[in-house]
Order: sequence, then structure tokens, then C-alpha cells
Amino acid sequence: MNSTSVANEANYLKYKGKYKGLLGWIFSTDHKRIGLLYLYSMAIMFSVGVLLGLAMKLELLAPGKTIMEAQTYNATFTVHGVIMIFMVVVPGLPAVFGNFLLPIMIGAKDVAFPKLNLLSWWFYVAGVFLVLSAILFGSGTPDTGWTFYAPYSFKSGTNLLPAIFGAFILGFSSILTGLNFLVTIHRLRCPGLKWTKLPLFVWTLYGTAWIQLLATPVVGITLVLVALERIFGVGVFDPALGGDPILYQHLFWIYSHPAVYIMILPAMGAISEIIPTFSQKHIFGYKAIIASTMAIAFVGYLVWGHHMFTAGMSGTAQYYFSLLTFLVAIPSAIKVFNWISTMYKGSINIQTPFYWAVSFIFVFMIGGLSGLVLGALAANIYVHDTAFVVAHFHYIVFGGTGFAFFAAIHYWFPKIFGRMYDKTWANTGWLIFFIGFVTLYSPMFYLGMMGMPRRYYDYLQEFHGGNILSTIGSWILVTGFVIIIVNLVRSASKGPKAEMNPWHGKTLEWTVPSPPPLENFDEIPVIEENDGPYNYK
Amino acid sequence: MEQAKHVVHDHYDAEASKIGMWLFIFTELLLFGVLFVIYAVYRYINHEAFHLAAEELDSFVGAVNTVILLVSSMTIAMSTTSLQKKNKALTLALAGITLILGVVFLVNKYFEWGAKFDHGIFPGSEYLIENLSQGEILFFGLYFIMTGLHALHIIIGLVLIAVVMRKVYTGKVHAERAALLENSGLYWHLVDIIWIFLFPLFYLIH
Repeated sequence: MNSTSVANEANYLKYKGKYKGLLGWIFSTDHKRIGLLYLYSMAIMFSVGVLLGLAMKLELLAPGKTIMEAQTYNATFTVHGVIMIFMVVVPGLPAVFGNFLLPIMIGAKDVAFPKLNLLSWWFYVAGVFLVLSAILFGSGTPDTGWTFYAPYSFKSGTNLLPAIFGAFILGFSSILTGLNFLVTIHRLRCPGLKWTKLPLFVWTLYGTAWIQLLATPVVGITLVLVALERIFGVGVFDPALGGDPILYQHLFWIYSHPAVYIMILPAMGAISEIIPTFSQKHIFGYKAIIASTMAIAFVGYLVWGHHMFTAGMSGTAQYYFSLLTFLVAIPSAIKVFNWISTMYKGSINIQTPFYWAVSFIFVFMIGGLSGLVLGALAANIYVHDTAFVVAHFHYIVFGGTGFAFFAAIHYWFPKIFGRMYDKTWANTGWLIFFIGFVTLYSPMFYLGMMGMPRRYYDYLQEFHGGNILSTIGSWILVTGFVIIIVNLVRSASKGPKAEMNPWHGKTLEWTVPSPPPLENFDEIPVIEENDGPYNYK
Repeated sequence: MEQAKHVVHDHYDAEASKIGMWLFIFTELLLFGVLFVIYAVYRYINHEAFHLAAEELDSFVGAVNTVILLVSSMTIAMSTTSLQKKNKALTLALAGITLILGVVFLVNKYFEWGAKFDHGIFPGSEYLIENLSQGEILFFGLYFIMTGLHALHIIIGLVLIAVVMRKVYTGKVHAERAALLENSGLYWHLVDIIWIFLFPLFYLIH
């Protein structure tokens, strides 16, 4: 016990380990430092992704060539996709907030395997550099789209191998994080913290970790096969040698659809923490949220075929995948119902995280309902591969996961940095970002319905109006993004000191100082019979 | 500040390590599971070509390798038991036998692959593309991928066992802290069980 109290004199941002300075961070096995390492790496990659997106929108400002050639445009959307999917939204909330908060929320000193946790981050960085090397060196930037569809992924003359191996290693990082979280949640809950008393964010991390563990190896081996196809020509996906490219699509989506739930489940978890705190009311339907979380994790595994309705599939399979796609919408709707009901008759305290959370519900509903349009067989054929699809998944992935990420960073910021941000600027940033988001993506629903295809750098004259509006939206969104980032970065060092529990939350992270000490707790907390993560009066 | 240096507790939890290992084994099973699915699909489409191509493989060598791996699985399990009985010399000897058997397996594999290469059978070879049907090309493609990936796992397992042997020798792994040896054993059994499926799929089914 003696050594603990010595360690806990300094908070985790300040303590000195074996190494000093930067080395003290990149070799630290402390879960909170690793969480921040992920946060910084992801913020960089996200900014790169945003710039690429901005460039694409600028290209689409007018028909024909505006700022780039078709080939450059193809490379741009490929790199934008690979960065945003594999480096930002898939690791996203689990890697940053899961790492930082999971051990604290369950009353533990660290995750079960701290060294493995650091290794995950190193894998992440290695993956990032591999992918970036594909852009900077070799025979051209990859142009296949982030899906690396066969047979083009082994016919394209661009420098795809490093990108594929990079994605493979990023997957490995994701598997190790998932494995670590599963063992942590099973083994390290503090005394009295029963499964029915776990905060919902922990529950969603648990569901996510299972998907990470069980789905990622599938895409891992599939990407290895594509690489082998490129190097040796083994024939598995090459129609010229008897292979079947459609099989590639199946294997790819067996992972990549569950990956959508890797992105959204922890986002839902964060929202399930924020809404009760700012309503000062017990979450409505605690067990229903848990059940729907696990249902999403399970059913989400079985719906991959809806990405391939036009690729060639038997009618029976199409009905089956369409039906299951509709089914998976139900647990998501249950959650929305629960969040709204939690607010009902609560004493609502309107703060920045709450704005983000309610706007999350708004955009998530639009994204979810447009997903049903795509899940319906007939409608899917009509809007397949149009801007409608792009609008749908940006509403879900950017609007869902992205908004929840911003909600989470504004919610836990005082805990992570021990300082409070400027609330006026934070709210202004949110408002501008929200307006920009809606202006950017809403016209794409319309454009898609009118028949504008995705992945083209050019379009017909009649789509001009909608595209101008969308491009202007991208500028508004970036303005909001810059305001948010500047405000947060400034406040991390200059903001006023934050209290231990500024939002009056009930989960365990609010019982430790801000920022938390090295090993979180001087003594492992004990949860009494009447305690609970949402026991507000 | 001297005492304040890095005092995070070294946390040992054998149960956690075991759960972690089992979860990792799930991921490995899914990794190979995908390959088994691909094999099933292509075998269903090209069953005659697969039958023809399988004739090329020497089921005697395959059977010998199967016996080798089964015995090595037994020796690593016995090694774990000896560690629990605090017999360090026997632990090291049995783990050493496992190591040797693993290497013998790889040597056999090396000669098997070498013979194929001599006949011009390897992915992308001219002989393969000009003389064999698409089903046979797929069969050999899968044969090299799956046995190759399996051999890679054997190598990883061997490195793991070598590391554990060193730790048993220096006393870092002992009867009360046996998780590393037990988990390496689990991993070795996984490598073994995958071979148990690979062997009939490529060598025996006609």
C-alpha cells in the first residue's frame, strides 16, 4: 500500500516514470496516457481526413475538372476512406475513452494487460505509417476505395501493398484492444460491482470488444489473401484462375458491417452516460439498453449481405439479409426511445455535452431511417452507389460516432485534463459545426435520389445546385471544427481548474480527482447494495 | 522524487491470462475458419479437380507429420504437469522434445514444398497456369496458403516455447507462476488441432 500512496502524489499527467518527456509517454503502460496517445494520433489523422474531404467537396463545386483530375479524385476518396474508417472511427471511442475510462469506471487500477495495451498503440502507429508510406512512395496512391474490392485491388498499378498491410496491422491493434477490454471487464471489476451495476458505456465497450475480437480476424485474413494475390497470384479471388471476386465481397463485409457497430456501439454508450447526467435522472430502461446493445452486436454480425444486393446473390439470401437488416434497426430504436424517456421530467442542465448528445440523436435518427431505405430491396437497387448512400453513412458514422466523440470529449475533458474549456466558444463551435454538417450532407440525399452516382469527380449540370450547397456546408463545418479544436487545445493548458465532479455524475470516474492520479484509486472502491451508476434522486 | 519513480504494481492473474489466451485462440480459429470456408466453397464448385489435385500429395508424409504433432502436443501437456509437480529438469526435457518435434515437422514440410516446386507447382508458375485446370490451380493455391500459414504458426509456437523454456530455466516460470507455460501449451494445441483439420482436407478426402 505504501508504494501506491507515493505514486498517487502526482497525477497521471505529471508523474515521472523510467523515462522523461516524450519517451515517458510513448513507453508508458498507464491506460490514461495510452488513451491520450490515441487521442492525439487520432486528432492528427482526423484532421488529415477532413482536409481530404474538403478537397473532394471543392472538386465537386462545379461540373467537370475543378481542382483535380479523375485519378487524383479516386486516390483522394480512397485515402480519405482508409484514414477515416481504419484510423479514426473504428478505433475511435474505445481506444480513446475506453482506455481512459474503462478501468476507472469499474474501479480498477489499470487494464488487465497494460503492456499489451501499449503494444496495441504501437501497432496502431505502425499501421498508420505503413498506410501513409503507400501515399508518399511507390507507383501512385491507392485508388481502389477503402474496400479494396477484388479483382481491381490486385490489378491496380498503384502502391496498394503497404496500404493493405497497414490496414491488417490496424486490425491487429483493434483485436488486442478488444481482448484486453474483455478480460478487464471479466476480471477487474471492484467488489460489489455486479454486471447489472456496470455503467452503460462499459457495457457497450463489452459488446464492441466481442465484435472486434470475432470479426476483425476475418478481414485480416481476407486482406492477407489480397496481398498474396498481388504478390504470387494464388488465384483465390482472381476469376482468370478460377477464383470468385464476389467471395471477396462477402468476406470483406462479414467484418466490415459489424465494424459499423464497432463504431456506433461505444458512441451509444457515451450518449447513455451523458443524457442521465445532464437530466439528473436514472437512465430509462437500463436493462433494455444492455439487451439492445448485445442484440445489436449479435444481429449486426448477420446482415453483411445488404452491401451486396446488386452484386449477384440468390433471391433467398437477399430476403434474408433484408429482413435481418430491418431487425437490427429495432434495438437502435429502443435506445433512442430510452434516451428521450430519460430526459422526460428530468431536471435538464443544458451544457455543451448535452447539445452534442441531443444533436447526436437527431442526426442518428436521420441516418438510421435512411438506412432502412437502403435495407429495402427495391429501394436499394434504385439508390445503390449513389450520393444517397454517401449521405446515409456520413449521417451515421460522422453524425453518429463523430458527434458522440465530440460529446464525449466535452463531457470528460475536465476529468482528462483537470481543466474546464470555455463554454461559450464550445457552444458556438457546436452550433456552427451542426449547421455545417446538415448543410453538407442533406443535399446528398436529394442528389442521390435524383441519380447522382458516388465516386465520380464529375456530374451532370442538373446536379449543380445541390453540390454548391453541399460544398458551402463543408466550409461551415470546418469553421466549426477549427473553433472547437482551438478552444479545447487552449483550455487544456490555460483553462480554469476543474472540480472533481463538475457535472454531478454518479459513475466512479467522478469520485477520483481531476486529473486522476497514476493508479486511479488509493484504495479500490467497494460498491454498496444501494449504489448505482445512475442513482440520482 | 526518487521514490516516486514508476511504482505501478506488477499484477499477476493466471485466470486473466488464461481467458486472454482463449480469446486469442478464438481469433485464430476465425482466421483459419475463413480459409476453411473458402476451401469448402471451391471444393463444392470444383470437386473433381480437387480430387485430381489431391492425388499429387503424399499422404504418408502427411500422416507422419500428423503423428509428430500429436506426440508433441502430448509432450507439452506432460511438460506442464511436470512443472506443477516441481520437476524442473523433466519440464525442460519435455518442452525440448516438443521443440524438436516441431522442427522435424517443419523439415518434412520443407521437403514436401520443395518437391512441389521441383515439379513446377507453385502459385503463379507457368506449368500450373498452362497445364492444370482452374480447380487444380485453386487447390494448390489454397494448399500453399493454408499449410504456409499453419507453418508460420508452428514457428511462432516454437519461439514461444523456447522463450518459456528460458524462463523456466531462470526460474521466472515455476509451479506458482505457470501461466506462461500453460498458455504456450494451449497455443501449441491450437496449432495441432488446425493441422488435424488440414490433413484430411488436403491429403485424405477423395
